[in-house]
Amino acid sequence: MSKVIGGLFSSHVPAIGNAIAKGLQQDPYWKPFFDGFDPVKEWVKQAKPDVVVVFYNDHGLNFFLDKMPTFAIGAAPEYANEDEGWGLPLFPTFQGHQDLSWHIIESVIADEFDPVTCQKMTVDHGLAMPLALAWPGVSEWPFKLVPININTVQHPLPSPKRCFDLGRAVGRALASWGGDERIMVCGTGGLSHQLDGERAGHLNPEYDRFCIDNLSRDPEALLNHSSLDIVELAGSQGVEILNWIGARGAMLGSVKELSSNYHIPISNTAAATVLLESCEMAEA
Amino acid sequence: MDVMTKAAKRMIPGTPVFDGDSAQQGYAINAMCYSFNDDACRKEFVADEEAYMEKFGLTDEQRQAVRDRSVLGMLAAGGNVYYLAKLAGILGLNVQDLGGLQTGMSTEDFKAKLLAQGLTERRVAQ
Repeated sequence: MSKVIGGLFSSHVPAIGNAIAKGLQQDPYWKPFFDGFDPVKEWVKQAKPDVVVVFYNDHGLNFFLDKMPTFAIGAAPEYANEDEGWGLPLFPTFQGHQDLSWHIIESVIADEFDPVTCQKMTVDHGLAMPLALAWPGVSEWPFKLVPININTVQHPLPSPKRCFDLGRAVGRALASWGGDERIMVCGTGGLSHQLDGERAGHLNPEYDRFCIDNLSRDPEALLNHSSLDIVELAGSQGVEILNWIGARGAMLGSVKELSSNYHIPISNTAAATVLLESCEMAEA
Repeated sequence: MDVMTKAAKRMIPGTPVFDGDSAQQGYAINAMCYSFNDDACRKEFVADEEAYMEKFGLTDEQRQAVRDRSVLGMLAAGGNVYYLAKLAGILGLNVQDLGGLQTGMSTEDFKAKLLAQGLTERRVAQ
């Protein structure tokens, strides 16, 4: 039977791609962030996930305001990382897992969710960055991808509870999948940051610590705020924590925090990386 | 029969909430920025900004904000930062520059303000 073996939760700041391209991992500005990935790199080497299910938000690459889904699930044979407007170096194309994608889609729709389904889908830094940090420098990704996009762009956004419940439904889909894959979930974005408005540069370490500390032991504590509460607390892009909440929802059993790293500043962002392992895996 | 009216919006100081009204108001400028995913479109904009804005039917307010390189003006005209970031790239501005422009600080002061809050907290399970 397939198993959710762990979860990676990480910021996805585009400037990280620049730092990777320029080899700045040991630079004093960047080192405290990149070092947070050391335990993650070790863990994925040992745990060898075959599939990664990523909850992320598109940044105006695959989706525009002409058609803006609240939830969208990829069911494509492959997902190319394409130019988002800055001409940055691109990451390798991801191979899809169409059978698993359709199983997830069928299962969450049976659970009364209504996602958009995408047989053609490009992916941006918001999806690729944490994976590029966990598997640095690979020419081919050693796993298949299922991308799940959450709208964090155009309000009203889905509520934290709705994102968590979607994650729960995805978790049930993964538990009922007949394959024998080792599945990692991933939630990207955040933590507190705001790029726009007179409050640009807003950070909130207190709220971020609340999120990091509760992610493993009491994720439902994160559901007490509305999405607009989170915008106020964490900044207008800090609300990308919705992706973390969705991914955490997909981890049905108890989990153990293996590592967490919180660093200010990376670009305009309070950057965080958290690795959780499913407990049944730890005991196996 | 009661007429449906919009509920009062929640205001968050200094924080644009990009909702349906903004999405409708800002459609043209955001559509222009979305086109910048394509390098040929970026070059076409750089070659003739006015013609490119005309092509996408930007409102007068949006065009003026682009001419003035006014980030707050673009936001007020319905621009969304996820799309505006692509225009910022063409103009050679990073998010610290944008932060400075919106808060009335120099880029250096804006960066210094972020660095002043600097911290690193790490846990690794044994």
